[in-house]
Amino acid sequence: MRFGGLTAVNALSFVARRGEITSVIGPNGAGKTTVFNCITGFYRPTSGSIVLAQDGGAGFPLQAMPGHLIARRARVARTFQNIRLFAGMTVLENLLVAQHNSLMPNVGSGLLAVFGLGGHHRAEVLAIERARDWLDRIGLLARADDAAGDLPYGDQRRLEIARAMCTAPVLLCLDEPAAGLNPRESDDLAGLLRSIKADGCSILLIEHDMGVVMRISDHIVVLDHGKRISDGDPAHVRADPNVIAAYLGEGDDDDADAPLAAAQ
Amino acid sequence: MTPAPRFSLGGGALKDAGLSALVALGLFGAMLGLQTEAAPGGLFLVPRPGLLAAAVLAVFVGRLAWLALLSRRPAVGYVANRRLAEGLRRSGRYVAPALLAFAVLLPLLVGRYGIDVGILVLTYVMLGWGLNIVVGLAGLLDLGYVAFYAVGAYSYALLAQTFGLGFWTCLPLAGILAALWGVLLGFPVLRLRGDYLAIVTLAFGEIIRVVLLNSASITGGPNGISGIPRPTLFGLRFSADGGPGTFSGFFGLEYSQTHRVAFLYYVILGLALLTNWVTLRLRRVALGRAWEALREDEVACRSLGINVTVTKLTAFAIGAGFGGLAGAFFATRAAFISPESFTFFESAIVLAIVVLGGLGSQLGVALAALVMIGGLEAFRDLQDYRLLIFGSAMVLTMVLRPRGLVSGRTPSVALGTRREISAELVAEGRG
Repeated sequence: MRFGGLTAVNALSFVARRGEITSVIGPNGAGKTTVFNCITGFYRPTSGSIVLAQDGGAGFPLQAMPGHLIARRARVARTFQNIRLFAGMTVLENLLVAQHNSLMPNVGSGLLAVFGLGGHHRAEVLAIERARDWLDRIGLLARADDAAGDLPYGDQRRLEIARAMCTAPVLLCLDEPAAGLNPRESDDLAGLLRSIKADGCSILLIEHDMGVVMRISDHIVVLDHGKRISDGDPAHVRADPNVIAAYLGEGDDDDADAPLAAAQ
Repeated sequence: MTPAPRFSLGGGALKDAGLSALVALGLFGAMLGLQTEAAPGGLFLVPRPGLLAAAVLAVFVGRLAWLALLSRRPAVGYVANRRLAEGLRRSGRYVAPALLAFAVLLPLLVGRYGIDVGILVLTYVMLGWGLNIVVGLAGLLDLGYVAFYAVGAYSYALLAQTFGLGFWTCLPLAGILAALWGVLLGFPVLRLRGDYLAIVTLAFGEIIRVVLLNSASITGGPNGISGIPRPTLFGLRFSADGGPGTFSGFFGLEYSQTHRVAFLYYVILGLALLTNWVTLRLRRVALGRAWEALREDEVACRSLGINVTVTKLTAFAIGAGFGGLAGAFFATRAAFISPESFTFFESAIVLAIVVLGGLGSQLGVALAALVMIGGLEAFRDLQDYRLLIFGSAMVLTMVLRPRGLVSGRTPSVALGTRREISAELVAEGRG
């Protein structure tokens, strides 16, 4: 992915397997969010292909699909590094907007809904049920009617994840979900992600918090300056000298292993 | 509760007031200090030092008084505002039904002139509600709404002239044509955002007007179209001859112009209430929620699978459709239309009404239209000072209630009780 003269992501190739939690880590500026934006349709890659494999044959060519179709057809959901909730809408409304496509499959049914036709009422009841389930799961049921902008930071993060899950995705892309969370909240987050994986949704995760990454990932890809420098399971990556060099630089051998060792 | 800072009325205040007086001198120096007078030799400038000095002095003294007021009432303001806000919120529930009752009973309460003002206000209320869908709910800055108003008016006039169709047949046709124009216009334009969208919609509004002005063969150009037929009540005409086919003849009443005007009033009231009902229903279903989500954060909408372009187009088209309906009504009420009635100023007034109403609220828009149009009419006798009052009222509103008359947004759905969301959290829309 090039931006003019800057190559943000250079010949990156990796596989995120279904039913697994794949983490993409690397120092700041390594190109992780750029990769996410390419996968979820916010950037169009200047070269290369991104394929979401399906059961029974052809996959979705994500690099050529418009953003909203990636979410709707390919069922790839994402959260954002700086939370993008609908602050002026309630928690419940946020989750209902996520289910827009099941409530309004096309413009015609959307307009019919004004007159109470087209099965809208039934669909809405189901949507509210699903929203309620997710609110219960993330512990925000009591705050369903509060404005999303009024929630504390940790709650907003969880709400954004729940909102993404309300689109019933097969792949959930999370951009630094643990940023700004204290250790207890990080534990809760890890638990939530494990339960999402257990439900059958695959997860692709960008994260700086090594504790969370090492604890829940099945597969880690390490980027630095747009290139892949390591790829494998947590044990392999933890010991890889390229990774250590990227995070800490070459130099004194005595403190080279300290931060990664602390995360074990 | 921390006490508000106190201004000491000393050197600081005098310097502040002096600075304000200096600014006033600069502003009023040419405008008040000089007067043009037409005399045999041409145009002369006559100085008015007395008036200028009086204005500057008024500003100086006024500023000192304001600062003195601030220094003597620190915490009371806060408590008083809170109690006022509580009271307003509780009584707010009764405002809408009261206004509706008043609107329905108006023709029985006032004379012909009052009903005319009522028709004018209701036309702008309907336009405001139509534009509210585009600007208030979807957050798209549309400065050319008058284009759809014009399309509706001219569609009805031309259909009536060419095919001899009546008002009630042409009304839905005018709305549909305006909505089609909304889609045509919206398609290329909606990829733009913010200021760029504003400028392009403004341009389209003007383009429509100029095209109407120059297509003399079709639209009559600057001469406009006259003799536009009036609406009938189930086939009954409102004419003076009192025969069997007329309203007065059928009901055995004495002919009075007020009947026709009152009928027109109820037609626009019905149209406006239709607009309101459709908007409230749309807010309640997925489409309206998608519009409001679009206003909050377009990027997040896209990531949730919402087709942003189609959603914006529906808002644009439905808003345009209601503008077209209002235009058709305007044509039938005035019985004569020309491009002069569809200037940018109309777009600006309707936009001002929507923005003054605030946060996409229906009641807010209705109140804003009532205050603004009613106010402009009520102060008609004051002529030029009318605009001065208009301007000061707008400045006052911007200072006291920058987000509009309505203080918060009511959610469209809730598990428990619906609680109003304060204005600070609701986005203004950058689309």
